[in-house]
Amino acid sequence: MDWLKIGSALFLIAMLVFLFPRMRHAVKHAPKGSNQDWLSFVAIIAVVGLFVMLLIMMV
Amino acid sequence: MNQYSNAVTSIPASALATNKLIRNSYLLLSMTLLFSGAAAAVGVFMHVSQGVALISNIAAIALLWFVLPRTANSAMGIPVLFGITGLFGLGLGPLLNHYLSVNPSIVMTALGGTGAIFLGLSAYALTTRKDFSFLAGFLMVGLFVVIGAALLNIFLAIPALFLAVNVAVIMIMSGFILFQTSSMINGGETNYIMATAGLFLSILNLFTALLQLLGAFNNND
Repeated sequence: MDWLKIGSALFLIAMLVFLFPRMRHAVKHAPKGSNQDWLSFVAIIAVVGLFVMLLIMMV
Repeated sequence: MNQYSNAVTSIPASALATNKLIRNSYLLLSMTLLFSGAAAAVGVFMHVSQGVALISNIAAIALLWFVLPRTANSAMGIPVLFGITGLFGLGLGPLLNHYLSVNPSIVMTALGGTGAIFLGLSAYALTTRKDFSFLAGFLMVGLFVVIGAALLNIFLAIPALFLAVNVAVIMIMSGFILFQTSSMINGGETNYIMATAGLFLSILNLFTALLQLLGAFNNND
């Protein structure tokens, strides 16, 4: 195993350790969205997904 | 009549502050993107190795986590932000070199696609003024899971997982752009340096994920 893989893995582990308390805080304290909020978010992400598929077909 | 004219001409101080925050953030974002692009060009021309790119990314993350939050409320915040974006730009060198040697049009398509997604999402959040703060938990869990999957794939090297991680990163970063833009409008973020750093990271991750996805589906690779 080369040191680049080990370095990248340690970097990602550090990110997970750093993110974990922030993730827990966000999950506990974020306001809850209504069904309408989530539906509009899913619709936007679907449009982004379709656009990415269009880009993939272009290359 | 006097009441009517007052209602039309007086703009609440909070609206002025929000407009100033958005204007300053986008101005700083455009400058940091140009600077990061210049640093990436240096990385490409100097044929920066993957080891240097990794060290550059680690240094950028260390500045972002430990230095920027302490300097964001002072004049030192701007040079620190330029340092972060420059280091991230330099870290893009090997990835750009690889795809430029395979098919340069992939890089241009990824760049254009990232710009179109960012502008579209920002325009949506700015015009509708919707509050996307409810996404915070979902986005943080998604980011955590994606980093975990990327960590596993360093050792497993499964092509399908590589594609899934990049698709997930595009979706999560799109969510972050909506979340960050709406938090500038709705008062969740009041510091333009921190707002710029958040938007810059979303754009950078969106670009690299799109580039790798387009590269994976490119027939010449």
